[in-house]
Amino acid sequence: MVPLWMYLVVAAGLFCIGMYGVLSRRNAVAILMSIELMLNAVNINLVAFWRYLTPERIGGQVFAAFVFVVAAAETAVGLALILMIYRRRQTVVVEDVDLLKW
Amino acid sequence: MDINWFSADYLPWLILFFPLLSFLMIVLFTARNRIVSQTIALSAISLSWVLSLVEFYRVVWEKDVELGKEVFGSQVDWFEAGTHTFKMGVMVDPLTAYMLLMVPLACLLIFIYSLGYMRGDPHNSRFFAYISLFAGAMLTLVLADNMLMLFIGWEVMGLCSYLLIGFWFHKKSAYQAGVKAFMTTRVGDVLMLVGIGYLFVQAGTLGFREILYNEDMLSKLAGQTGIHSVLLGDALGWSPATLIGILLVIGMIGKSSQFPLHGWLPDAMEGPTPVSAMIHAATMVSAGVYMVVRMFPLLSAGVNFHNGDYSAAMWIMGSVGSVTALGAAILAVGQNDIKRILAYSTISQLGFMVAALGIGAWVAAAFHLINHAFFKALLFMASGSVIHSMEHGEHHAHEHGQHEEPHDEPDGLVMDYVAPPNDITRMGGLIHRIPVTAITMLIGSLSLAGLPFITAGFWSKDEIIADAYHGAASDPFPLFVLLALVIAAFLTAFYSMRMWCMTFLGQPRTPAAEYAGIGTGRNRWVKWWNGTRWGKQDPREVEETDRVSRLSAFQMELPLVILAFLAIFAGFIGLPEAFFGANPLHDFLAPTLLEEPEVFDFNFMPMLISMLIALGGLGVGWWLYGREPLAIGESDPSERALGPGIWKTLQNRFYIDYAYRKYIIQPAEWFAVNIVIQAIDKETIDGVLETIAELFTTLGETFKRFNRVVIDGVGDGIPEAIFGFARWFRQVQSGRIQQYLLIVTLALLAIGTLFILQLR
Amino acid sequence: MEITFQSLTFLIFSVVTLGAALMVVTTRNLFHAALYLMLSLFGVAGLFILLSAPLIAGFQVVVYIGAIAILIIFAIMLTPQVMQVVGVRNNQWMLSLGLAVFFFLMLVSVVSPFMDEVGVEDWSTDFKEDNPAAVPDDTLVDFGQSIVDSQRYLLPFEIASILLMAALIGAVLLVSPPNKAKAKRQPIYDARDEMEVQQGPSEQSAAGD
Repeated sequence: MVPLWMYLVVAAGLFCIGMYGVLSRRNAVAILMSIELMLNAVNINLVAFWRYLTPERIGGQVFAAFVFVVAAAETAVGLALILMIYRRRQTVVVEDVDLLKW
Repeated sequence: MDINWFSADYLPWLILFFPLLSFLMIVLFTARNRIVSQTIALSAISLSWVLSLVEFYRVVWEKDVELGKEVFGSQVDWFEAGTHTFKMGVMVDPLTAYMLLMVPLACLLIFIYSLGYMRGDPHNSRFFAYISLFAGAMLTLVLADNMLMLFIGWEVMGLCSYLLIGFWFHKKSAYQAGVKAFMTTRVGDVLMLVGIGYLFVQAGTLGFREILYNEDMLSKLAGQTGIHSVLLGDALGWSPATLIGILLVIGMIGKSSQFPLHGWLPDAMEGPTPVSAMIHAATMVSAGVYMVVRMFPLLSAGVNFHNGDYSAAMWIMGSVGSVTALGAAILAVGQNDIKRILAYSTISQLGFMVAALGIGAWVAAAFHLINHAFFKALLFMASGSVIHSMEHGEHHAHEHGQHEEPHDEPDGLVMDYVAPPNDITRMGGLIHRIPVTAITMLIGSLSLAGLPFITAGFWSKDEIIADAYHGAASDPFPLFVLLALVIAAFLTAFYSMRMWCMTFLGQPRTPAAEYAGIGTGRNRWVKWWNGTRWGKQDPREVEETDRVSRLSAFQMELPLVILAFLAIFAGFIGLPEAFFGANPLHDFLAPTLLEEPEVFDFNFMPMLISMLIALGGLGVGWWLYGREPLAIGESDPSERALGPGIWKTLQNRFYIDYAYRKYIIQPAEWFAVNIVIQAIDKETIDGVLETIAELFTTLGETFKRFNRVVIDGVGDGIPEAIFGFARWFRQVQSGRIQQYLLIVTLALLAIGTLFILQLR
Repeated sequence: MEITFQSLTFLIFSVVTLGAALMVVTTRNLFHAALYLMLSLFGVAGLFILLSAPLIAGFQVVVYIGAIAILIIFAIMLTPQVMQVVGVRNNQWMLSLGLAVFFFLMLVSVVSPFMDEVGVEDWSTDFKEDNPAAVPDDTLVDFGQSIVDSQRYLLPFEIASILLMAALIGAVLLVSPPNKAKAKRQPIYDARDEMEVQQGPSEQSAAGD
C-alpha cells in the first residue's frame, strides 16, 4: 500500500491551500469554501491514521463522521450569517464588514 | 442506582433544584407569559419550602441516629482537577436545618409579596426568574457540603443582587447602585477566593466534613507553620488557619456589608422593595454570616476563646462588627429615607452578629440571624407597602389638583437625596390609611428594637449581650464589644421608634400623605380601624377599589401578617435556660461544632441591661416623636438636639461614601478613562504617544535654546518616529477578520516552529 | 514504492484533490470555485475509498457534495452581487501565501521521511508504515453499534444531533425574512444605525396602582 506519510502530505497540502484561501480571499462564501477544504484535510488525517494505526478500533471513523456534522452545522449557520449581512449591507466582502474595531 | 429521593440524604438536592429549575424554565420558555412565569416561580419555591420542612422533620424526629452526631447528605463526583476529584454534595447538619426553617419560608413570603408589588411591571417574568435564581443560589449555599459549592452559590447571589438592584436599569441611580454592589462585594470575594484556594492547598480538600468535622485536620491547620505556609503568614508567624480565617472574614465583610465595605447596601435600595427584603433578610447578607458560622471551627482553630484567647480572625470580626453595629446605628438615626433607615439598621444588626462571632458566641449569632431575617423581611415589605401607598397618594394629590413643587431625580447618586415617596418627613398619619401595614410594621420595629420578653429580637440580642457580658468580666476585648453593642442597641430602639412614629402618627404632612395608601383595597381594614377608638379622629373618606387592587393588597398584606407572627414567636425557641429549664436552640445547634459551646450560668445583669436599653431607647423615641407627632414644617427633634452640623454629617453618612467616591472611585475612573481606555483606543495610542511626543518636543524646545542646530534633529525626529509608529501600530485594530486570523496564524506557526525545533 | 494500481489511483486522486483545491482558492468566478470545490471533495472521497473506509466516502459524497456544496451554490445564486467578480485577493495575500507555503513545508518535513534521507537526524516522525493490518470485516456493524452504545459514542452522537438541530433552527431564524411588525420593534443591532434606547417604565408606574 501507499505509505501513511503520503496521505499526510496530501492532507497537509489541502489544509495549507484552505488556510491560504481563508486568509486571502475577499469573498465570504469563498472563505467558507476554504474552511471546508481545511475540514476535509482533517478528515483525511483521521481516516488515514485509523486505517494505518488502529484499524481494529472504530474511533477514527466516528470522529470523521462528527467532523461532517460540525461542518454541516458550520456551513448552515455561516451561510445564513452571510445572507443576512448581504441583506443589510449589500456586500459579501469581508473587508467591508469591519465594525468591530478600535 | 437506586436512590430514594425522599430520604433525608437526597432530599436536599430537590430543595435547591426547584428554584434553579424555575429560573431556567422562565428564562428559556415562559418569559413571554407573565402569569405562567409567576406560577412556576411560586410553585417552585413552595415546593422547596415544603420539602425543606419535610427534610427538617426527617432529620430531627424521624431518624434513629441523632442529628449532629451524624451529618446527612450525599455526594457525587463533580470534576477532576489534577489528581483531586472534586465532589459536589449536600449536607444537613443542625445549622443547615435551622437555616432551612428560615430561608425557603422567607423567600416564599417575599415571592407572594412580589406578586402584588410587581403587578403592572412589564418585566415581571424577568423579575421572577431572577429572584428564583437568587433563592436557588442561597439554598445551594446553605446546603453545600464543600467550600467550592458554597462559593458558587455565593457568587451567583452576587450576580443576582447586581441584576436585581439594577432591575430598573433605565434609572441611572439604579444601575449605578447595582454596579456598586457588585464591585464592592467583589473586593471581598476575590480575597475569599484566595482564602479558599489556600485552604485547598493546605487541607487537600474543600469538603466541610473533612475539614470542619475533623479534629485532626483542624489542629493540623492551626499548628502548621514553616515551609508549608505562605510568605505573609510566615512573616507574621501565622498558622494557615489564621490566614485562611482572615481571608474568609474579609469575604464575609464584603457580603454582609460590614465596615469598611458597607457602602453598597444602602444604595441597594434602588431595587424593587421585594429585592431589598430578599437581600437584607433571606439571602445575600445572611450568606456572609452563615458562611462564617459554618467555618467557625476553622476560624477559632487552635485558640481557646473561652479563656480570653481569641484568634486573629475573631479579633477582626469583633472589632469590625462592633464598629459597624455602632456606626450604622448612629447613621440610621439621621436618615429620612425609610428604606435607608432599614438598610442601616440591617448593617447594624449584622454588626451585632459579627461581633458576637468575634467573641465566640456563634449560637447567639445564628439565632439573631434567623430572627433578624424574619423581622427585617417584615419591615422591608411593610416599608414597601408604605412607599407604594405614598406613590398612590401622590398620584391622587395630582388628581385633586394639589400640586407640589416638581421634584427632579438627581443624576446619579447624590448622598443626601431622598426620593419623595420614601421620605418619612413627608409622611404622617398613615396609620389611618394602611392600618394592617402600620400594625405589622409596629411589631417588626419593636422586634428590631428588642421589646423585652414578647419579641424575637429581644431574646437573640439578649443572648449576644449576655455572652459579651460573660466574657467582659475577664477580658477587655469582650468589654469593648459589650459597650459598643449596648450603645448600638439603645440607638436601634430609638430610631425604630422614630421611624414608626414619623411614618404613621400625627397629621399627614404632605398632600401625598393625605391621599396616601389605598387604591389597594384596604377598605375592610380601614373601616374596621376607623371604628376603633384611635381611628375615630381621622375624617378622611374611604375610597372604593376594584378587585385587582384588592387582590394585590391581599398578596402584599398576607406575608406581612405571617411575618409579624414569626417576628414574635421565632424567638421562643432560644429562651435562656433559666426560664423553662433548657435552651432548645442551644441544645439543637450545639453538635454542629466539635466542641460543645459553653452554657453560661444565667445572670440577670445582662438581661436587665438589654431590657433597660431597649425600653430606654423606645421611651426616648416615643418622648421625642410619638408623644407629639411631628407637625408640618417642624424640624426634626433630633436635628434640633444635635445641631445642624452633626445632623448634616449623619444625613451624608459620615461622608464615607463621599470619601470613597472622591479618593478611590474617581481616581480609578480617571485612571480607567484616561489611561486604560485611551491606551487601547485609536485616539489613545495617539494620545499617549502625542504626550510623549509633546514631551520630547518640549524637551527639544528647551534644548533648542541652548543648541539650536544639534538638538533640532532629535527633537523633531523622535516625535515623528513615534507618531509614525503610532499610526502604523494602530492598524493592528482594523476590524478586519482576516487580518486577525493572519496574526493568529503567524503566532501559532511561530509557537509550532519553536515547539518542533525544541522537540527535535 | 513500485507503481501499482493502488498507488496510481492514489496519485490521481491526490492530484485531483489538490489541483481542484488550488482552483477553489484562486479562480475568479465564484460559481466555478464552487464546482471545483465539489471536484476536490470528490477526490477526497476517492482517498477514503482507498483507505478502505467506504462508509466515510459515502458520507463525503452525500453530505459534502450532495448537501454542503449545493447549499453553497444556492447561497451564491441567492446573493447576486456575490457573482460579480470583485478583486479575488485582499492585500495580505502574499503574506498569507508565504505562511501557507512555510506551514506546508514544515508539515511535510515532519511527516515525510525526506529529512531523514537527506541526513538530518531526529527530525522526521516515523510514518513509513505501508502494510497495515487488515480492516476487520464487521467495521460497518461496529460503527453502527458504537454510536448507539452508551458506553461508547452515544453521548457525542446525541450532542452532535442537538448541534445540528440548533444550527438548523438558527439558520432558519437568521435568514427568514423579517416579520415587519416585529422588525420595527426589535431592530437588529447595527452600530451605524442610531442606537435605540429602550425606555422602560418609571418606578411609579411600575409599582403604583
